[in-house]
Amino acid sequence: MAARANGGYQVVIGLEVHAQLLTESKMFCACSSRYADAPPNTVVCPICLGMPGVLPVINEQAVEMTILTGLALNCRIPSHAKFDRKNYAYPDLMKWYQISQYDLPFCVGGHLDVTVDGINRRLGITRVHLEEDTARMIHGRDETGEDYSLLDVNRSGAPLMEIVSEPDMKTAAEAREYLMSLRNILVYLDVSTANMQEGAFRCDANISVWPRDGEIGNSKVEVKNMNSFRSVYRALEFEEERQIAVWESGEGPPEQETRGWHEASGTTVSQRTKEYAHDYRYFAEPDLPPLVLDKAWVDDIAARMPELPSVLETRLIETVGIRADDARQLINNRELLRYFEKATAGYGDPQRVANWITRDLVKALGDAGASPSESPVGPGDLIELLKLEDSNRVSGKMARDIFRTMFETGRSAADIVAQQGEQITDQDEIRQAVRKAIQENPKAVADFQAGKTQAAGFLVGQVMRATRGRANPARVNELIAAELG
Amino acid sequence: MLDRIDGVDARVRAYITLTPDLAMRQAAEADERLKHPDAPRLCGVPLALKDVLSTRNVKTTCGSKILGNFVPPFDATVVGMLRDAGAVTVGKTNMDEFAMGSSTENSGFFPTFNPWDLDRVPGGSSGGSAAAVAADECIAALGSDTGGSVRQPAALCGVVGMRPTYGRVSRYGLVAFASSLDQIGPITKDVKDCAILMQAISGHDALDSTSLRAEVPDYESSLHADVAGLKVGLPREYMAAGVDEGVRGVVLEAIDRLTEAGMEIVDISLPHTEYALATYYVIAPAEASANLARYNGVKYGYFDPDSDGVEELMMNSRGTGFGAEVKRRIMLGTFALSSGYYDAYYLRAQKVRTLIKRDFDRAFESVDLIATPTSPTVAFPVGEKVDDPISMYLSDVMTLPGPIAGIPGISVPCGFSEGLPVGLQFMAPPLGETVLLRAAYAYEQLAGVESATARKAV
Repeated sequence: MAARANGGYQVVIGLEVHAQLLTESKMFCACSSRYADAPPNTVVCPICLGMPGVLPVINEQAVEMTILTGLALNCRIPSHAKFDRKNYAYPDLMKWYQISQYDLPFCVGGHLDVTVDGINRRLGITRVHLEEDTARMIHGRDETGEDYSLLDVNRSGAPLMEIVSEPDMKTAAEAREYLMSLRNILVYLDVSTANMQEGAFRCDANISVWPRDGEIGNSKVEVKNMNSFRSVYRALEFEEERQIAVWESGEGPPEQETRGWHEASGTTVSQRTKEYAHDYRYFAEPDLPPLVLDKAWVDDIAARMPELPSVLETRLIETVGIRADDARQLINNRELLRYFEKATAGYGDPQRVANWITRDLVKALGDAGASPSESPVGPGDLIELLKLEDSNRVSGKMARDIFRTMFETGRSAADIVAQQGEQITDQDEIRQAVRKAIQENPKAVADFQAGKTQAAGFLVGQVMRATRGRANPARVNELIAAELG
Repeated sequence: MLDRIDGVDARVRAYITLTPDLAMRQAAEADERLKHPDAPRLCGVPLALKDVLSTRNVKTTCGSKILGNFVPPFDATVVGMLRDAGAVTVGKTNMDEFAMGSSTENSGFFPTFNPWDLDRVPGGSSGGSAAAVAADECIAALGSDTGGSVRQPAALCGVVGMRPTYGRVSRYGLVAFASSLDQIGPITKDVKDCAILMQAISGHDALDSTSLRAEVPDYESSLHADVAGLKVGLPREYMAAGVDEGVRGVVLEAIDRLTEAGMEIVDISLPHTEYALATYYVIAPAEASANLARYNGVKYGYFDPDSDGVEELMMNSRGTGFGAEVKRRIMLGTFALSSGYYDAYYLRAQKVRTLIKRDFDRAFESVDLIATPTSPTVAFPVGEKVDDPISMYLSDVMTLPGPIAGIPGISVPCGFSEGLPVGLQFMAPPLGETVLLRAAYAYEQLAGVESATARKAV
């Protein structure tokens, strides 16, 4: 960072994202693509097992999802596309070739606009293409210390969409912003869960660092094995520092290689250098005729485009009228946004709802480890509470306590208020409690009169305790001031 | 039929696997169905299947040690169609390993011998199927034809063999050699049986994206349509050097007889013919190198029991499981697709493929059919070409161009040279199966289906 701050280096980052698609069936066979909860090797057939004599059949839903994604990313949809065989030998690849797309992908030449630190950046999308996922390998060691590898073929043949960016990002923060925006788009298009921890959204990063006064060369380092946005950010920051150190030691440019991110140590470790680079021997998949991407078909797919998260975010800020940071927080969690939309449907103060959601609800959900859709306090329940506060039947402080109780017990706001009693706003009732507090705490009174104004706070606390939090806080303050004044 | 197999197969060795129990069960079912007048044409007919066709619960080896113990869990689409039609399947026939070869000597298990002369090869790669039909070890059989593997052995064994248009018959369950060239085809005793079998196996299959949606004509009734006026092209390139004198004489005489039925013979040229062999031996091995990659001992088939670790297991299983010709073609194909060589070999071969296809398109503007010898020679002695791959490859020089262009072809017996059968090949435009069958049937009627069984060795 220091060297760059000194104007010494420029960073070039490009990202490859693999997203699993939410299709009904796998990419080339009739097996279900919802295998997540199935026992290993139970969602398989001769086709995704790559048995002798089987043939692939293209999943049209996967193609449509890919084209929809491409359109959302401002890509051009060519008139023709085809599948190719990518040859490499690995035990998790059933046929020892992967059906992928090489020179005629479904979508090319798009972009994604992001804002980082208030600066708008247009980041290029090279292509979006479709391929099949591999089986999952599980490595372990048995009691005798012998290493073993297990193969779960359920994932084999699942539809996988690859989104390749141009090397347009200059900082780890831009890369993270790109990924989060992309994740949101896939989620709002309903094409992927885009859940990184579950492997539905995988990111490989290419990064290179060059002296600012020199040319940008071709070599780059590919970083793999990052399974959260945070780890992508950390890995890129680390790699930037490491490559600068290579230059500083006079050994630049850094060697082209593949490095793996190690979360625990916070470092990247070399996995494969250039000599072992693959020759994938791509050639057109002879089992699948080339596809004609008919304009009417593409138009039909485009007509199904939902409101994109960037548009939605602007609408939340400009039309609905909530703060930008709240809008972002809601956009980044679609369930939270749905909660917000339901709650505001019958309530006139969206910012107030947003405050409650981003403050109290998010905290309660976090503590409980629950998602918004699992919240014991539904959007309607929250509005009921807000209306109690609006009608002064409960104070703001009471409302927050009641919310907590609602969340923990599942009881309604009305029920809790009926039991605890409403807010006390009656002047005489509060004055009585204030006088009692003054009588019982002569030291605090003396302190106050000696100029220690914070002693008033102690008295307020005493009044609130005596009224079990129900006294209107503003009235209590007023009356204490009046009585002692 | 099973008795006949018992009697002769020890000498012919057409079958890798016999399924007598299955055959008896199917025969009993067929007997029931035959009580009804609307039983299908194939009901109760004993057929043999080349061992490259996937059969549920019946070992399917592709003539390779690497699949020596492989029992598939599913039937090829054509196998299901035959069963639905009531056919009785007696067994799985021998073949060159993964259909790579022209003599059935490349079988990973044992060679098959020509029923006309047991010291000679039956051709290949569907040599087991052709020999089984010729030796009366079945009524008809299915083979697969990538560069001539149905037509060439049919010619060498004196039977009828047809390669349909690419996409006419589903490839689902046909273990792939070269996906853009492979087609399943019938091998039969006469043209009428060929039409009946074609009827049973043709049609669109949702499991094969390259299968054609075109309607299937009534092949059997098309046999009797008039052939007078059909124009038959005689390409000069196919009569050039390399064709055995005896074969040339027999074939030219046969083509001459076509005029008796009112067909017209026209000299034509297919100028890119000489590049077909090279084109084929780039494209087919390239596709094969990917198709055969999956056999690594991890999931099914042969695996090397002494290996330490997955990596070694995969390498050793392939090293031991595959035969020499298969390894040669995997190497060829891998090389042709490698970066730095791709443009010079694979890409160029694809361009020449287009030129060869254009030759045929142009020819079929002026002729209805093309007639050639099926094979440049009659059946050659066992062992003669085993150590000379190029001369073995040349056995298919007449049958390679058709698959490169995706067009159909048929081989019919047309006489004898050196006492061994000679085949006459007809080729037609895409989906021209009916005109092929008509012409072949007309020729067969003119020449008479020769009952030369007495000359056979079994």
